[in-house]
Amino acid sequence: MKFTLSWLKEHLKTDASLDDILYALTDLGLEVEDVVNPLDKLDDFTIGYVADAEKHPDADKLRVCKVNTDEGELQIICGAPNARKGIYVVVAKPGVYVPGLDITIGVGKIRGIESFGMMASEREMELSDEHDGIIELEGSPSIGSKFVDYLKKNKPETVDPIIEIAITPNRPDALGVRGIARDLAARGIGELINRDTEVEIDGKFSSKLKISIDQSTLNGCPLFVGRVIKGVKNGPSPNWLQTALRAIGLRPISLLVDITNYYTYDRNRPLHVFDMDKVSGNLRIHQAKGGETITALDDKEYVMQKDMMVISDDNGIESIAGIMGGLNTGCDENTVNVFVESAYWDPTKIAITGRKLKINSDARYRFERGVDPLFTISGCDHAVALIQKFGGGEASNLITAGSVPDVSRSYTLDTDRVESLVGMEISAKMQIKYLTDLGFIIKGDQAYVPSWRPDILGSADLVEEVARIASLTKLVGVPLPRLSDGVPKPILTPMQRREAMARRTIAALGYNECVTYSFIDRVSAELFGGGSDNVMIGNPISSEMSHMRPSLLPGLLQAAQRNQARGVMDMALFEVGPVFHGGEPEEQELLASGLLVGHTGPRDAYGVRRAVDAFDAKADAEAVLSAIGAPEKLMVLRGAKAWWHPGRSGKLSLGPKNIMCAFGELHPKVVEAFNIKGPAVAFAIHLENPPLPKKKTTTRAALKTSDLQTVDRDFAFVVDNSVEALTILNAAKGADKSLIFDAYVFDVFDGVKAEGQMGPEKKSVAFTVKLQPKETTLTDKEIEAVSEKIIEKVTKATGGALRG
Amino acid sequence: MEALNDLKSKYLNAVSEAVDESALENLRIAAVGKKGEVSLKMRELGKMSPEERQTAGPALNALKDEINSALTAKKAALSDAALNERLQNEWLDVSMSGRPRRQGSLHPISQVTEEIVAIFASLGFSVAEGPQIENDYYNFDALNIAPEHPARQEHDTFYMHRDKEDERAPNVLRTHTSPVQIRYLEKNGAPCRIICPGRVYRADYDQTHTPMFHQYEGMCIDKDISMANLKWTLEEFCRAFFQVDNIELRFRASHFPFTEPSAEVDIRCSWAGGQLKIGEGDDWMEILGSGMVHPKVLHAGGIDTDIYQGFAFGMGIDRLAMLKYGIPDLRAFFDSDLRWLRHYGFASLDAPNLHNGISR
Repeated sequence: MKFTLSWLKEHLKTDASLDDILYALTDLGLEVEDVVNPLDKLDDFTIGYVADAEKHPDADKLRVCKVNTDEGELQIICGAPNARKGIYVVVAKPGVYVPGLDITIGVGKIRGIESFGMMASEREMELSDEHDGIIELEGSPSIGSKFVDYLKKNKPETVDPIIEIAITPNRPDALGVRGIARDLAARGIGELINRDTEVEIDGKFSSKLKISIDQSTLNGCPLFVGRVIKGVKNGPSPNWLQTALRAIGLRPISLLVDITNYYTYDRNRPLHVFDMDKVSGNLRIHQAKGGETITALDDKEYVMQKDMMVISDDNGIESIAGIMGGLNTGCDENTVNVFVESAYWDPTKIAITGRKLKINSDARYRFERGVDPLFTISGCDHAVALIQKFGGGEASNLITAGSVPDVSRSYTLDTDRVESLVGMEISAKMQIKYLTDLGFIIKGDQAYVPSWRPDILGSADLVEEVARIASLTKLVGVPLPRLSDGVPKPILTPMQRREAMARRTIAALGYNECVTYSFIDRVSAELFGGGSDNVMIGNPISSEMSHMRPSLLPGLLQAAQRNQARGVMDMALFEVGPVFHGGEPEEQELLASGLLVGHTGPRDAYGVRRAVDAFDAKADAEAVLSAIGAPEKLMVLRGAKAWWHPGRSGKLSLGPKNIMCAFGELHPKVVEAFNIKGPAVAFAIHLENPPLPKKKTTTRAALKTSDLQTVDRDFAFVVDNSVEALTILNAAKGADKSLIFDAYVFDVFDGVKAEGQMGPEKKSVAFTVKLQPKETTLTDKEIEAVSEKIIEKVTKATGGALRG
Repeated sequence: MEALNDLKSKYLNAVSEAVDESALENLRIAAVGKKGEVSLKMRELGKMSPEERQTAGPALNALKDEINSALTAKKAALSDAALNERLQNEWLDVSMSGRPRRQGSLHPISQVTEEIVAIFASLGFSVAEGPQIENDYYNFDALNIAPEHPARQEHDTFYMHRDKEDERAPNVLRTHTSPVQIRYLEKNGAPCRIICPGRVYRADYDQTHTPMFHQYEGMCIDKDISMANLKWTLEEFCRAFFQVDNIELRFRASHFPFTEPSAEVDIRCSWAGGQLKIGEGDDWMEILGSGMVHPKVLHAGGIDTDIYQGFAFGMGIDRLAMLKYGIPDLRAFFDSDLRWLRHYGFASLDAPNLHNGISR
């Protein structure tokens, strides 16, 4: 919302400085966004005196002037008819920017004679449209002084700052200058000037024009009024009006249009003027059937949808109600007979129609926020009076359809509650004064809401009004009481601790944390089992961000690809965050995923570099699961989802159903789809799946150690390639559950060489079994017995044979 | 005795000239071995008169000890010399880099979120969370944002797809963390003190906006909570978060549908020389929106407004990170450029807490 200081002063009598006004506006919640002084652009113009002026030898209309300036006498060629000796003028020397011409003055030759600058007209300085000649200054101003100083002294009205404020959606009343003035007056910045007296329109005749509102449309348009004016002269509007509109960025068009714009900004009262000679028959306000078209004042054609409110005559739809008039019945310079419309439209209906048609007009902006219904008739009459004042004509009696909607209401003002909520001392007397100044009427404990404040819908809104006017800047902090004495209690839930622990553990394992977008492109989503319509965003900002992610891995793969494009080939990235299995709130899951790409590190002189593999991912996943307290003994399952390498991936699971994590190599097709130079291995941990620990005590189980030395025994078995290590180890451990406390593989010999030695599809697996004697040292015989049992069990479980 | 002195000088010379351990061993056998010269002489003691024995015995023993000591000393010297010679050849180019080891890092958003949690934990606030795909009700209606009100249009909302035949209002990507207020109140009631950090979404993408960013919501509901308490809480937060003692906040009246009264909060700062300094200078920077929770919002959460009232506020986490750590571009937060992650990231073990300090 833009307005000038002088416009504000039409409504507010004040001696306050501009700074005080600006401060108060922002403090009141009418945040000042910009202040422009129109004279700033004229700062370089100076005052000169034409010491001599002679006709240009080669041009009848040009004069060669000698102008006294702060830089001595300058020769300036001028074409203005009033350029002559002995006048004080405004000079733009070379290098000065002239806003009205949008050029910077240079030294030039005009018909062979050099010119060192320009003498300016009002239009060239955007002071007015006056361009009949150059400015002649009155009196004898000081030569070389700044023109803006002259203006400030002699024409203070031109020093009119333009103020732009941000209007929060609850304050339609502040979309009119009067509403802003009212707020300032309540704050004590001056006095609201009474301009609400009813204007008396001398209705000379009853128009034949009839207005009707369809019964079904009365909800959307409870009131529609207007007057016909005959014999108007629709010329240019008066200077003050043009200046006011131009200052706030509106182009003056004609008296009729300018006056409707004026009331839009002055009183938040949008109006519309029909050219009566183009209206056929009567006007009817109704809802569109759908499919009708109208060319609006912006020259665009709009197709009406069912139930949109429109104004029609015998020719069809002539106006999109409350949003934009139609071109067919619009006014132009030949217009003489008009109908001035003023109506109250339901904000919601206007909002819906405006949004659907994508029309952002001043009228829509105001009607959807809410105008003052009680000003509907007065607004019409104010405008008609102004039109008659400057354009003449005879006004008809008021034509009315519907009735003024009753918006009267009151809410309880609990002055103690106001103080308790705001936390500031504001006496009941002052509270009542503030509200009264804003237009509320206080009767007992009831505050009656002024008709221009549709946003006041309860007692809480009264609190805000009082606090706003009293000034929240004055608020002094008061300590929040502590919840309890003593040491504060921990506040994180077990799941929140788990998330933080997972995050820091993965970072400690050497991964760099990423935060990637929750939405990805459809193809990437599909590769990871997502991309269906129920996770699709209806209005994505790009096709790269169209679907909620089913997994963290596509985002990490894209990140890896971007880094590879920058020349970093090896990396470890991770993310902890939500994935979305469906489009409903409860279909969100917290995952922690890590991605290893390329090699374990850069090329090095020690020969430790190698390509990453599934076991890197598995080790890291196990470290994280251990850190977040997942059960130690998990099943290793195959059959991970399609985006994993079918043979080189697995899942860690508690029982067959409760998956803790997936790990392994990513499917080569996925790696290729993301344009990544692999290998790429990953893990994805379902952070919510490990059961939360049940124990309440901090005491740990007693540590049992034995003084007896452990005994290691190594075995090597030739087995089929498909036999898994876990099968062998489980069989070995099963041989003597009390003696054997650990078993692990220390060597696998497979591949072509191994098959050459041991036969096709065979490999050798060597493992260590660790025995812990319980009471006495084991004898060779006892060890021998366990060994035999191990061999027997492993042979039985795997079909393999002890390697000779 | 002459003979003993000869023997002594003979062996001590020989020991000092020995070049390796085997030469020493030979000398040991020759001198003090079972059949060594000194041993043989000791056997002769029995044949001596007691007087002779009294002088010869100790002399022989002393000779034996002396030779043994010389042998031990020489042996150690030889072994030291051998080690020294070996070490001469054992040399590493220690200017070579250590074995490569990956260095992980935490994203600034994670670190700053933990900083915020640490500060508010000390004031008794716990952490509440909620879903990011929200229904219309929690994101808007329950927060007093009516369907066609312009306030709702200002949210640049992402809507989830709905099939044509599905007549429910489309779900949205939550545009703020405020829906968590309602979900928390519904479940836990009042009194309460919570903060709700998390991802939020707005359909906006330019120099300073990304379609996803992070916010945290704070809410304190009790019997006698005022806007003055809100101001103190925010002042304390800023003091602790920015590690600046002379924090000055300015409350400016504003409008949010879910608070009443509402205030935008500015912090005093200076941008002199392009460098942000909190707490000094003449500029004011808007850092958050806040207010007293609207009674309609409390009702939606099932709270009796005759008993309870309280405040709420919302702040951008990414923005706080940018201000505190001088990170220039919001969009880079989500680009995962390793150079950026390493430069602006945080060490894995560097968890912020109050006793250790919450700034890095």
